[in-house]
Amino acid sequence: MGTAIVDKNKNYLNEKSGLWSWLTTLDHKRIGIMYMIAVMFFFLLGGIFAMLIRAELFKVGPTLFTSPQYNQVMTLHGAIMVFMVIIPGIPAFLGNFFLPIQLGAKDVAFPRINLLSWYCLIVGAAVVFWSLLHHGVDTGWTFYTPYSISTSNGTTWVVAGAFIIGFSSILTGLNFIATVHKLRAPGMNFWRMPLFVWALYSTAILQVLATPVLGITLLLLVAERVMGIGIFDAKLGGDPVLFQHFFWFYSHPAVYIMILPAMGVVSELIATFSRKTIFGYKAIALSSVGIAAVSFFVWGHHMFVSGQSEVAGIIFSFLTMLVGVPTAIKVFNWVATIYKGSVRFDTPMLYALGFLFLFTIGGVTGIILATIATDVHFHDTYFVVAHFHYVMVGGTLMAIMGGIYYWIPKMFGRMYNEYWARITFVLIFVGFNVTFFPQFVLGALGMPRRYFDYLPVYEPLNRISSVGAWTIGVGFLIGLFVIIQAIFKGEKAPENPWGGKTLEWQTASPPPHENFHNQPVVTAGPYEYR
Amino acid sequence: MNTANSTKHHYAHHFESAEHEYQTSKFGLWLFLCTEILMFGGLFVGYAIFHHKYPELFKAGSHFLDWRLGSLNTVVLLISSFTMALSIYYAQMNDRAKTLINLYITLICGFIFMGVKFFEYSHKIHEGLLPGHLFHYAGEGANAVANLPLYFSFYFCMTGLHGTHVLAGLFLIAWLIVRTHRGEFGPKYYTPLECVGLFWHLIDLIWIYLFPLLYLVG
Repeated sequence: MGTAIVDKNKNYLNEKSGLWSWLTTLDHKRIGIMYMIAVMFFFLLGGIFAMLIRAELFKVGPTLFTSPQYNQVMTLHGAIMVFMVIIPGIPAFLGNFFLPIQLGAKDVAFPRINLLSWYCLIVGAAVVFWSLLHHGVDTGWTFYTPYSISTSNGTTWVVAGAFIIGFSSILTGLNFIATVHKLRAPGMNFWRMPLFVWALYSTAILQVLATPVLGITLLLLVAERVMGIGIFDAKLGGDPVLFQHFFWFYSHPAVYIMILPAMGVVSELIATFSRKTIFGYKAIALSSVGIAAVSFFVWGHHMFVSGQSEVAGIIFSFLTMLVGVPTAIKVFNWVATIYKGSVRFDTPMLYALGFLFLFTIGGVTGIILATIATDVHFHDTYFVVAHFHYVMVGGTLMAIMGGIYYWIPKMFGRMYNEYWARITFVLIFVGFNVTFFPQFVLGALGMPRRYFDYLPVYEPLNRISSVGAWTIGVGFLIGLFVIIQAIFKGEKAPENPWGGKTLEWQTASPPPHENFHNQPVVTAGPYEYR
Repeated sequence: MNTANSTKHHYAHHFESAEHEYQTSKFGLWLFLCTEILMFGGLFVGYAIFHHKYPELFKAGSHFLDWRLGSLNTVVLLISSFTMALSIYYAQMNDRAKTLINLYITLICGFIFMGVKFFEYSHKIHEGLLPGHLFHYAGEGANAVANLPLYFSFYFCMTGLHGTHVLAGLFLIAWLIVRTHRGEFGPKYYTPLECVGLFWHLIDLIWIYLFPLLYLVG
């Protein structure tokens, strides 16, 4: 320490070697990469389940599965995608890697806790998969009582696994808040933070404040199943609807845990590829915080038909529509940034534009569902399925893909294949709309969600939807190969291939262990960057 | 006095100074306490809802608890919080012996608390005053009020989660004692003392709420 010997060939990837050095690393960049590997693996699993679901629904009648098997596949698809892919996807992977660098910090505030959070995810996931040896789980990812109290033993394991994964999310959020408050480089005040950091900061607040409520809810559900405590069981004087309140008190903010970081990525992409100062910086930054704040007061819109009072329904409906305001502020500012910019259509920007298009559809259909009168008709139909896939896949996954292509040169020092990357975008974008647009129509026609079969009248649209799903599947598979090819065989990347202005583009690709070479003294470390 | 040892600690590489590390750790710990409050918050909200629904149930249920044992535990925990705070003070004053004495008293108080809880639990288990399906009490007042098992669901969930935290706190205090014996803490470095102390105070505070809600509502 202290002696500033700079070896330009050393970076975080080759500084140490061997599997053990990865499994015990405290470097936020390596932990980010470990999250990447874990999340990609879970995404592959969840994706296989999605393909199986669409195969079953390709035609009327039993195709691949019995109905109990279908319920398990559908539940695992949801639980894996929500708890193991979309929630950790951007914050714990891209955020872990880039939040400290964008702040000019050497690491996150608590590196050991950061590593612990990764192990929480892995252990939690193992516990979830352990359920497969105990007749699986067939409750849907929401674990609604009373059914979840009486169904197969696997449910206890999945619920316990989700509880453990919750710690992973809490610890990541806690780390990010502390890092943003305490480890900003000198001169990096709040109004100079990249919008990705603002988005992650808002997300972290939600992770820290909402996830513990899920924790206690899942613990009570486990206790309900093991001891029959009766708090959620009407037979013993309890209240099953209370479970829904508790669950959505977390799980609605969780929706914003999923989408806010995606909005942060898109802000970075649009600014960089439009080569223009982002329009309405403060508005975008504060709208992230605004969305986080409002998100705590909208959970009741999941329960319009669960028997809550009409007054509550109206208030929740109003508050839900309020979320549209900060969201629209973001979308308009992004569009205003593109306007008269020198736009480059590299793959990351294509994904950002795809995000704008799909997320807007997802958001507007959300308003339809927030309206009580229409929700009564659309509730528990494929309209809802299409809506949240437009937001989660069309929003979050598009942003993850865009973010991966954007930052691969920085993370691995290598470029991806632009031609094939564009093909993945076309396949995913087109496939996505072919899959989920028909589901809006199916839902409006009254096809209920979560069933393994449907009336013959719905068959043509379901066939179109299934073909679309397989197109997405092919797109993501090619995307996986493009990423692997880039990491191992890609051309050497320059420090700043896109001309980005945030701090991560001012260090080497890949970055050195402490993120920046030219720091005068390691222990004193005032970062004098522009 | 061992001033030599108090300079042992080197702060981690990503901080500017020991003070920076201390402030960040404390900030992180406060965030952690927020998560604890929200986790217990779920139980308190559940309690409030069911208390509103069945006020008689909680009155009747509390008669099965011994308020004297609850008061004893309250006093014990309050003392332990005081000695915990003193141990930090003496670490700042660089007085290792007094730091240790206070940590030992805190530890003993924690054990007394758990001992009393163990006694209370085994009595309830013996009587069959248990949550939900496990309830098989047939003695006096068993049918005085509907859904009596539900009260014990709350009793065991709330005190159980709290007791788990006390247990975790005891492990942490034991760890602090080991490190104090090694002379790792002094005026320049006492972050673990401070952080475990904050955690211990929160556990104490939660008990301050649990005690009247469970023992004194009747």
